[in-house]
Amino acid sequence: MRYLPKSPSERQEMLASIGAGSIEELFASIPAALRLDRPLDLPGPLSEAEIIAWFRARAEETSLGYTSFLGGGVYNHLRSVVTDAILQRGEFLTSYTPYQAEISQGTLQAIFEFQTLVCQLTGQEVANASMWDGSTATTEAALMAARLTGRRRLLVARTLHPEYREVLATYGRHIGLTADEIPYSPSGQIDRERLGAALNDECAAVIVQSPNFFGVLEEIPELAEMAHARKALLVVAITEAVSLGVVRPPAEADIVALETQSFGMAPSFGGPYAGVIATRERFVRQMPGRLAGQTTDATGRRGFVLTLATREQHIRREKATSNICTNQALCALAATVHLCLLGKEGLRELALQNLAKARFAAEEIGRVPRVRLPFSAPTFNEFVIELPRSARLANRRLLDEKIVGPLAIGRWYPELTKHGLVCVTETMPRTEIERFATELREVLAGPL
Amino acid sequence: MSETNLRAGRNISLNEGLIFEKSAPGKRAFELPPLDVPPVDPVAALGAAHARESVEGFPEVSEIEVLRHFTRLSSWNYSIDLGMYPLGSCTMKYNPRVNEFVARLEGLATEHPYQPPEVSRGCLAIMRTLEKCLLEITGMDACTLEPAAGAQGELCGLLLIRAYLESQGSARRKVLIPDSAHGTNPATATIAGYEVQNIRSDAAGQIDVEALKSIVNEDVAALMVTNPSTLGVFEQRIAEIAEILHAHGALLYMDGANMNALAGIARPGDFGVDVMHLNLHKTFSTPHGGGGPGAGPVLVKKILEPFLPVPVLVEKNGKLSLETHRRTSIGRMRAFGGNFGVLVRALAYTLAYGPGMRQATEDAVLNANYIRRKLEDVYELPYKSPSMHEVVFSDARQKKNGVNTMDIAKRLIDYGFHPYTTAFPLIVPGALMIEPTESESKEECDAFVEAMRAIAAEAETNPEIVKTAPHNTRIGRLDEVTAARKPILRWRPPVNRPPSE
Amino acid sequence: MATYPTDYRYTREHEWVSVKDDIATIGITDYAQHELGDVVFVGMPEVGTALKAGQTLGSVESVKTMSDIYAPVSGSVVEINSELANAPEKINQDPHGAAWLVRMKLADATEVSTLLDAAAYQAFVAEKDSSA
Repeated sequence: MRYLPKSPSERQEMLASIGAGSIEELFASIPAALRLDRPLDLPGPLSEAEIIAWFRARAEETSLGYTSFLGGGVYNHLRSVVTDAILQRGEFLTSYTPYQAEISQGTLQAIFEFQTLVCQLTGQEVANASMWDGSTATTEAALMAARLTGRRRLLVARTLHPEYREVLATYGRHIGLTADEIPYSPSGQIDRERLGAALNDECAAVIVQSPNFFGVLEEIPELAEMAHARKALLVVAITEAVSLGVVRPPAEADIVALETQSFGMAPSFGGPYAGVIATRERFVRQMPGRLAGQTTDATGRRGFVLTLATREQHIRREKATSNICTNQALCALAATVHLCLLGKEGLRELALQNLAKARFAAEEIGRVPRVRLPFSAPTFNEFVIELPRSARLANRRLLDEKIVGPLAIGRWYPELTKHGLVCVTETMPRTEIERFATELREVLAGPL
Repeated sequence: MSETNLRAGRNISLNEGLIFEKSAPGKRAFELPPLDVPPVDPVAALGAAHARESVEGFPEVSEIEVLRHFTRLSSWNYSIDLGMYPLGSCTMKYNPRVNEFVARLEGLATEHPYQPPEVSRGCLAIMRTLEKCLLEITGMDACTLEPAAGAQGELCGLLLIRAYLESQGSARRKVLIPDSAHGTNPATATIAGYEVQNIRSDAAGQIDVEALKSIVNEDVAALMVTNPSTLGVFEQRIAEIAEILHAHGALLYMDGANMNALAGIARPGDFGVDVMHLNLHKTFSTPHGGGGPGAGPVLVKKILEPFLPVPVLVEKNGKLSLETHRRTSIGRMRAFGGNFGVLVRALAYTLAYGPGMRQATEDAVLNANYIRRKLEDVYELPYKSPSMHEVVFSDARQKKNGVNTMDIAKRLIDYGFHPYTTAFPLIVPGALMIEPTESESKEECDAFVEAMRAIAAEAETNPEIVKTAPHNTRIGRLDEVTAARKPILRWRPPVNRPPSE
Repeated sequence: MATYPTDYRYTREHEWVSVKDDIATIGITDYAQHELGDVVFVGMPEVGTALKAGQTLGSVESVKTMSDIYAPVSGSVVEINSELANAPEKINQDPHGAAWLVRMKLADATEVSTLLDAAAYQAFVAEKDSSA
C-alpha cells in the first residue's frame, strides 16, 4: 500500500529483532474473544485516480451551475489562489500544535499576527488563536461572561443567529445558565425597551449579533451602556466579518465572538471555519483557547510561544476555562493570509462592493410587485424580503431556474414564513441580480 | 553527534519580522474585479454613526511580500512532510495529498450548508458513506459527524449519556476517569455538569477493577476510558469493566484517540463500549495544520440513537436529508453541521485503504514495539505490559545526572526530530511517550533509535549539552516566564516619541 | 534545605500562618514555591471575603501549573499583598516573608493550634521528598 513505507522483508527483519514470530504475537494482549475475526467490510482499496473519480462524481451531484443568494452565517466571497499556495505548504499543513516553540515559530508568529489582525478589526485589546467556529465562540463568550460576573442569567437577542442560540442552549443547560430571549422591534433591531425591562442585577451578559441575522446593524454603544449600567457584560457576535471593513467595530463590547469564514475559507458545506474571541486585556485569564505571546530567547532574539496555558485543559483538567484542545489553526492561517492580501485598502474596497451590490439588489427586488422590505434599519450585505406567500414555495420554483433563492427563515421564525434572507456579495454579477429579480417577478405572478 | 545523525533541520535564519513591520501606505496585494453596479457612499447607506473609515494599523503589502513572508515563516516549522513526530497519542501519520485535492473540488468546497437537499446530494452521500465506514470500523450502531474536534465529541458523548440516563429516571452525578486520562476528559465532564471522580491505575497501568467494583453505584453515570490506555496498553479486562458498569445501569465511554492500534483488529462496539468518539485528525490522517481543524465524530449503540445531536443524517426512500428537529435530541453542538472539509479527507483516506486498513494498524504496532525493543536497555520502562501502538518510557535513569524528559526532548530537536510527548500520562513521572505511527519506515525508526541512544549516552558523559538544548535551531529556549508574567499578545505600532526625548 | 520559621504554623496543603493578636498572615511555603517553579500570577480574593478553613482562598500560577490555595483558618480577608500583582516572583524569592498573600481576621483563634508546627511540617515534606 502506497502510504506504508515498508517492504515485506523489512517487516520480517523488525519482527525478528523484537523476537516475535509473527505480527499476531504483538496483538496477544487483546483477548481472543474480542478480536475481529473477519476483514473489515469497507469500500476500496482505491487508487489515487479512482478516489478522484469517485469524489468528482459526488461533486457533480451538487449546486454546480446554480446561482445562490444564500448567506445566513456562511458567505461566498472571493478567495485568492495565493492563500492555498501558502496553506498547502507541508510546513504549515502537516505541522503539529506549536507546543515545542523552537521548531514551530512559523505557526506561532502567524498566530500572533492573526491575534493582532482580529484586535484591529474588532477594536478589542486581545484575541485568541481561534475557536471552532462563530457559534461555539459565542457560547464560550457567554460562559466567560458568567465566570467574570459570577451571574447566571443571559439576555439573548432573538436576532442572534438561530443556530448560535441552539448551541448556547445545548451548552448552557448543564451548567446552570438561563437564557431569556429579547424580541426584535419593527426596525429589525433588538427591542431596546424590552431589553431595558428585562435587565437586572442577575444578568451576566446581553448577547447580540451585528449585523444581525436579518442583516441589520445594532446600536452597539447604546446597548453597551444599558448592560454596563447593571454591571452586565455586552457580548457581540459577528457572522459576516467583511462588514468590519466599512462598519464601525463594536469597541464598547466586552467580548466579541467573530466568525472569520468570510476571510479565505470556502463554504465547504458547513466547515471547517474559524471562530475567535476578542476581549479586554483585563479579562484575558478567563478567556478560553490558545494564546501566542511574544518573548525572547537567551540571546535576546524575539520569538513567540503559547502562553497562559494554565487556563487550558492539559493543565487545569476539570478546572479548565474550556475543554478545547484542537482548534482551527489552519483556517485561522487562511484568514491571516487572506487579510494580508486584502490589506487596508482592499478590505475597505471589498466591503464597499458588498454594500453596493446589496443596495442594488434591494432596489431591483424592491421593484418586484408585492415584494416588500420589512426592516427599516441599515443593513450590510444581507436583507430580509417579504413575499405575498410562502418563501419556501417560491424557492422551489426558483430552483428550476437554477437559482438557489434567499434563505427561507420561517423555519426559525414562525411569524416570518413569507420571508427570505437575501445575501449579495462581491461575487454576484449584476446580470444575475437582474435575472433573479425577473424570475422572482414571474414566480410571484403565477400560482405557487 | 556523528554526520550520519545530523538530519534535515530547517530553521533558515532569515530575519523575517512581522507583516505589520513591512507595511507601507498604498501597497496592496489583491485587486478586485471592477464594480458593475452603482457605488454607494457608506455614510449615506449606513448612517454616520455606523460608518468606519478604515482599519487602523492593517497591513499594506504587495503579493510577493505576502508570499515571501509566509514562505519564510514556514521554513521555521517542523512538519510530518519533513520527518517523524513520535508524539504519543497524537498519531502524526502521513497526510495524503489526494485528500487535499478532493476537498477542494468545485462542487464540494463551494457548497453552502443551507442548500436544499436536491442540490446537496453529493455532499450528503459523502457523509453517509463515511458514517457507514466508521460504524463498520468501530462496531457501533449510529453516528454523528457534527463535533468539531475530539473534545467536542467527548462533550457530545457525555451529553448523550446524560440524556439517556435522564430518560431512565436520573442523570446521576458522577463520571469516573482514570488518572492516566487526557486533560480534555475531566474538563469535558465538568462542562457536562458531572462531578469527576478519579480512579486509580493498578501496578500494571491498567484500570484497577477491584477499585472500580467498589466505587460503581447508582451515582455513577459513566466511566471514560481510553483503550488502549495512554500507556499504549490494551485494557485486558475491558469486557468485564463494561459488565460491571452495565450491571449498575452506568455506561462506558471510550476516548477513541488511540484507535490507531485497533482498526481492523478489534472493535469497541464488540467489547462493551456504549459511546465513543474518533479523532479524524489522528487515526484518519486529516492534517493537523498547526493545531486544527479536526473532527470528532461520535458513534453510539442503539440505545443512545434517539438523543443524537441535530442535524441527523437520515435516509428515506433512498433519499438523504438532514433532519434539523428531533424531540429527544440533546440539541445542536455547533452551527451548520460538521467540518465537512475534514470529513471529505477522512473518507478519501478510508477509501484508499479499504479493508487493507488492518495493515496500517499492524505496521503502527510493529513500529512501536521495534522502538521499544531498541531503547529498553537505555531508558526505563515503568510498565512492562505489552505495548500496542505507543510505548511509554520514563527519565528515571537520566534523572540521576540531572537530565529530565524535557531536556531529552529538546536535545532530540538537534538530531532533526520533533520531540515525543513529555510529562504525560501523569501516572508516569518524567514520561517519554512515543508513537511512531505506521508512516515511518524502518530507516526512520532506526534513525530515531540512534538519536535517542546518542542522547542517553550524552546524559551520562555530557549532561550539560542535553540540559541546554536545543542548539541547532534558529531560536533557543524561550523565556516562558516573562511571557506569562507580562503577556504581549499582539503587535502595536511604535509610539512616536517627542523630539526632546 | 529550607528553614521553616518556628513561630509559624503550617498545613498539609503547604500554606503557612503567622498570628498576631487576632490577625493571621498567610502565605505559601518554600516547598510549595519550589514545586511550582517560577510564579507568574497570583489570584487573590477580595478584601472582605469571609472564608471557612479549607475553602479556596486564591491561586498561584506558574508557567506549567496552577495551584489552589486554601484558607488554613476561618475568618475574613482584611488585607491583600498588592505587591504581588506586579512582582509575583517575590513568592519564589521570599515565600515566608515579603511574599505573604493575605491577612485575615480570625473567626476562631483555637483553630491555629490544630495546624502543624514547624518540626511536624518539616517532617511531612521530608517524607514527601523521600517517597517521590
